[in-house]
Amino acid sequence: MAEVEESSKPMFAGLSDISISEDIPVEGDISVPVSSHNADNDFSTLDEPVKDTILRDLRAVGQKFVHVMYPKKSSALLRDWDLWGPLILCVTLALMLQGGSVDSEEEGRPQFAEVFVIIWFGSVIITLNSKLLGGTISFFQSLCVLGYCILPLTVAMIVCRIVLVGGSGLVSFVVRLIVVTASFSWSTFASTAFLADSQPPNRKALVVYPVFLFYFVIGWMILTFSPSQ
Amino acid sequence: MASPDDLTFQEFEEAAVLLSSNPGAATLSISGPGPGPGAAASSGDVRVDLSDDEDNQQENSELLGGEKQTGGFWTFEYYQSFFNVDTLQVLDRIKGSVMPLPGRNFVKHHIQNNPDLYGPFWICVTLVFSVAISGDIYTFLSNMGDPEFHYRPQFNKVSIAAVTVFLYAWLVPLGVWGFLTWRQSVERRISGYTFLETVCVYGYSLFIYIPTSILWTIPVYWLEWLLIGIALVISGSVLVMTFWPAVRDDTRLTAFATMAVIVSLHALLAVGFKLYFFKTPTYTGSSHSGQQTTPAANHTVLAVGKHQ
Repeated sequence: MAEVEESSKPMFAGLSDISISEDIPVEGDISVPVSSHNADNDFSTLDEPVKDTILRDLRAVGQKFVHVMYPKKSSALLRDWDLWGPLILCVTLALMLQGGSVDSEEEGRPQFAEVFVIIWFGSVIITLNSKLLGGTISFFQSLCVLGYCILPLTVAMIVCRIVLVGGSGLVSFVVRLIVVTASFSWSTFASTAFLADSQPPNRKALVVYPVFLFYFVIGWMILTFSPSQ
Repeated sequence: MASPDDLTFQEFEEAAVLLSSNPGAATLSISGPGPGPGAAASSGDVRVDLSDDEDNQQENSELLGGEKQTGGFWTFEYYQSFFNVDTLQVLDRIKGSVMPLPGRNFVKHHIQNNPDLYGPFWICVTLVFSVAISGDIYTFLSNMGDPEFHYRPQFNKVSIAAVTVFLYAWLVPLGVWGFLTWRQSVERRISGYTFLETVCVYGYSLFIYIPTSILWTIPVYWLEWLLIGIALVISGSVLVMTFWPAVRDDTRLTAFATMAVIVSLHALLAVGFKLYFFKTPTYTGSSHSGQQTTPAANHTVLAVGKHQ
């Protein structure tokens, strides 16, 4: 013990002699420099004005609309999926199928809830079907594609309502039939163009048929819409 | 009984010799044209083919064993195993349900231990919409000459059609399967069907009603009932040929009663569709306008009745 103390003494002997002279400035800043504000601006959108946020989302939705109207084999719809577009389209379609006036002949017309349920549950079931058959597409991507491809049918609904203002005779029926048929085949073709690559090759028809049925039923609801008189 | 090497080889040989001498005792189900009852008596819990004409391709599929259940029922793969069909297989099964040939058991010949849920589910959905849409068209066409008729889309009928079809396609197979399984345990018969195979048979047998419902839009009275008859004969014979081998070993009363119940339920579905969705308008003119009155008029009628 005495030896240890003696050996440690020379090590610590000089410590008491160290003193900091007062001419050397010992001030400073120990804080870590804040990381550059450029990185923050890329990810945090909390500080931007609301108009920018809304416009950015609207621009994304509009871009996808363009992709649906001119379907090419692009993966833009699949990469940045969002469900705003399908929601807007679904609500617009369901509202326009209401007729705009509450009257006692409502019992036959598809109710808002029925249209909503058919569109959303139909999309979910078709997505589940394609996944169960071995598709590689993700759940929300498929919902996004199916919802966006309702756009031609919504356009057809608007055209039908305009045509019905003119009259509801045989001519208007034929015009509406042509418009609805064209838009329903456009929808089916567009969604097949987006979904086809993710399916196993010998089951493509099994996946496309429910999509065909889905748009056929929506087209039927549009075609049989008759305004209240 | 020499060195251990010979022993290990000999074990396999003995097993092979045993298997070849008594094929009935094998754990694999072997199909053959001859020894139906003989093989059946030896193993009580092995499903052996009882159908009369056998193709050799049956052997390969049955060697795979019973249902393929990978994983528990909470995993996704479990449900994926029920969708293990290709386009051609589905089309082949649909063809088999539309053209029933005598002696070809639908389950044995077409399903071949690979029951799928794709066919029954989407055939039911298509049937729901085809019946509702065709009913709409029929109502429109048969009322076209009536000047007071105002076309209304009857969309609420889709809900009713959906409930009816799905209840039929799921509850009736459940009842039939439960009954057959109970009789199987009581009577120690051999061939029964799994629940999924029963659902599959019923689902595919409903396919014939889809073109029938489309053809029902033609408002010719005798044609509609003729179509019902044809559809009933075709899909009923599919069901009968599937379930007859399962009940034929039972008492005659039970067998015939089971067949009668199956066929009559099927007929009830068809006739129910016809009568509800394709209502023939019996009156024209004033009664139709009576049908079209708003509920307000009905309320006044009721109020008048109450005042009296």
